[in-house]
Order: sequence, then structure tokens, then C-alpha cells
Amino acid sequence: MTPRYSIAQEVWGVIPPRFEYFAPSSIDEAVQILDRFGGEAKVLAGGQSLLPVMKLRLAEPRALVDINRIPDLAHIREDAKSLRIGATTRTNDLNDSELIHARYPILSDAAYEIADPLVRNMGTVGGNVSHGDPANDLPACMLALGAHFVVRSPTGTRTIPAKEFYQDTFVTALESNELLLEIQIPKARPGQGNAYVKLEKRIGDFPIVGVAANLVLTTKGTIESAGLALTAVGPTALKATEAERHLVGKAPEDAAFQRAAEFAQEITSPVSDLRGPAEYKRAMVRVLALRALHRASARAHGGA
Amino acid sequence: MHELVLAEMPSAGDEETGPFVNVHVTVNGAPRSATVETRTLLVHFLRENLSLTGTHIGCDTTNCGACTILLDGKAVKSCTILAVQADGRELRTVEGLETDGKLHPIQEGFIEEHGLQCGFCTPGMMMCSVALLQKNPHPTEEQIRRAISGNLCRCTGYVNIVKAIQHAANKMAGPSGGGRP
Repeated sequence: MTPRYSIAQEVWGVIPPRFEYFAPSSIDEAVQILDRFGGEAKVLAGGQSLLPVMKLRLAEPRALVDINRIPDLAHIREDAKSLRIGATTRTNDLNDSELIHARYPILSDAAYEIADPLVRNMGTVGGNVSHGDPANDLPACMLALGAHFVVRSPTGTRTIPAKEFYQDTFVTALESNELLLEIQIPKARPGQGNAYVKLEKRIGDFPIVGVAANLVLTTKGTIESAGLALTAVGPTALKATEAERHLVGKAPEDAAFQRAAEFAQEITSPVSDLRGPAEYKRAMVRVLALRALHRASARAHGGA
Repeated sequence: MHELVLAEMPSAGDEETGPFVNVHVTVNGAPRSATVETRTLLVHFLRENLSLTGTHIGCDTTNCGACTILLDGKAVKSCTILAVQADGRELRTVEGLETDGKLHPIQEGFIEEHGLQCGFCTPGMMMCSVALLQKNPHPTEEQIRRAISGNLCRCTGYVNIVKAIQHAANKMAGPSGGGRP
């Protein structure tokens, strides 16, 4: 295929291919446009992943549907049952939220290290969770927390559990005419603690490995439920189900965590690349899983 | 639908351009507008359409932060935002730092502390710093280093940049600084 060049490109360097631009002011309008383009339109939220891949011509959508003009898609609120995060909430808004710091520290752990501060001012929580990149940090957090994603299509609204959402690299359960509206996370309970631990070469780089851990302890101090999920060591963010099962009913101590970390290692399939050989990444899964579980446990006991 | 005026194609018949859109923004307090392709990036809009070349293009790939500007007061990389996304919004660029012939404290800081060598990253560094100091007038060194972690400098080793930002913070907090944003 002959590459397409225009005069503009020679003058300006790296620019995206041409597209039709829509800025709907309602959710209904947005999903109608997505439906009309039948998979050839992309949703533009923060654009911090989409615009770079368009500039590299890895994506050439016919149309962009900019959802930033839709009111009430950016919010962080807690109700009787859930923490609810709107799709266009900026990643840095997680950092700035006292509610998140105090009650859902796993999300501020992750948000503090996503890309860099400038990217976090544009990049959205909805974009991070729905892009389908196994190297994004928030999907593992959502798996560990047992989040649900509320999505709308022209025919209605449905709720998708995070564990059913990630199907393959850049492939999610989201249909091409569906828009992610909100992320719903089970409301934090007494005895709950969580953490996200990430290894990266430098700020702004993709993670080498990331691990998200969420523990809920009984009043007697044993583990009532556990969530453990991994970033960048498989085709999608991975939920370490065996590890979670192993932890339930145990004391939140090193012995149980060691075994869980080994279970987590077993489900990974990292690839060797500039960020390290596969064996190294697999070894780091164990190390980071231990750190994440210990930190989650410390927080469940009221520590920082 | 957001009030978006689709523009006539200036060069009708040219299949290699368009579609076009009118973009209205406020830059450094003044209303500005231009008709551009929908795919026009904000940094190109500023430089090519508005002739505000103080905002630099470094890497084109969301890495270096040379193109940092303030969008509704927040520091962002203007190479990774479409001009049309800024429609109706407020922008601040390095050209807007100096007022009435008087340099902004951050500009003075970069001069006093020798915060630049080649100067290429400097506009982005300064805009990022202005956003930091607006939000956190008394940042620690760690907070400064975190705040500028999306802005790359290949000359200074960052030590003098950090000092420049501390200089500005002290000046803006001081009795004569007046806390100018």
C-alpha cells in the first residue's frame, strides 16, 4: 500500500489522518453516531492513547466522537453501594480526590504513576480502562476491586463485570456502538485494604510489571475476600483467580501471600522486550505481588 | 450537538485536505480564531495559524513536554490535543507570561538560576511550573521534580531548573511578589 502524504505532513511532521469530527452534547447522540459508523468511528475522551496511535497511523478511524462536551460524564461520587467514577474523569482527578486517597488508595497509587502529570491532566479513567491495552494500569485495579462498567448503546444500558470485559489485546466486551459511561466499584468496607505496585524504568514509560491487590478482612482478622490482578504480563490485564481463592480464609501473613504470589506467577505469559526478559518479568510478578499484598494488608489494619 | 461550525473547504476540490472546522479560543486573554482541518493539532494551530511560535514542538510523540501549554489552567501537551478540542476554551502560552514589559517570576527564576542552556524545553518547563505554583505555591523539591517529570531537558540535568522554580516560588510568596499567578 502506498503511504499517503499530504503537503501538510511534510510541513508539519507527525499528524493524524483525516477524519470527520463530532462533538455530541448527549449520550444518546454519541451512541447514535457510533452506531451509524458501524465500527469505523472511535470515541475521543482524553486522546492520550488514541491520538498517538493515529499519528503513527496504527489507527485510521473515519470519524471521532468527542465525548468531552457531554455533561455529567466526569464525576467521582460514593453512594450507598458503590464508588462511581464517570468515564471522562481525568486520571489526575483520582490523585486530587480526598475520597480516593482515604478510601480507595489502590486508585491513587495507580493514578500517581500513570504516564506523566501532563498526560494525566488529559487522559481519562474511562479511556484507561476501556482501551484494552494490557500495559494500562487501571484495568488490573478494576479486576482486583471487582468493578462493573456501565455502558450504553442505542438499544439500552448494560453493566459488564470487569472480569468479563478484557478479552484480548485491544479487544474488550465493548461493542462498536457502545459507550462506557461509568465505572462502579463496590463501596469500601471496614477491614478493607488495597494497593497497586508498579515497576517502571522511568516516569512516562509503560510498566514492566504492575500488581493490584485488594483484601477484605473479617473481624477475626482472617481474609474474607481477596482480589489480585496483574498488568503487562499477558494479552490482557490478568485476574489471578487461583491466588485469590488460596487467600480466602487464611491469615493475612507472609506464608499465604508467598503461595498466592506463586499462583499469580503461573498465569503470566510475559514477552521479552526492551523492558526486560520474560524470566525477569515473571520473577518480578512474585516480588510485586508480595509487596502489594503486604501493603493491602497493612492498610486493612489501618496503616498507610 | 455542541455548537460547532463546520467550515467551507478553503481549497474546494482538493481531496487531500479537510474536513474543516472553525476554532475559537481565548489565548493569553485575547479571542483568536481560525479555520483548520479537524485533524489539526493544537500545537500546530498555535504555531502555524496564530503565529505563536513560543510553544515548541519537540518529539511529536507525547514524550518530551516542549509543547506544554495551559488549557483552562491545566498543563497539557498540545501535540496530543486536537485544536478543535480547545474550541471555546482558555489557553495560556509562554507569550502570555510577560505582562506590561515585566517578566513573570518564573521567567526571572530561569534567568537568575541559569535554568536553561539551549532553551528548547524552556517554554514547556515554565508553563508546567506556572501550573504547579498555581496549585501548590510552596512545593517541596520532590514535588517540583514530580511535577516536571513529563518535561524533558537534555542540557541542564534539571538541578538549575528546580532552583529556578524554587526561586519563582519564593518570589511569588514574598512581600513584593504579590502571589501573582
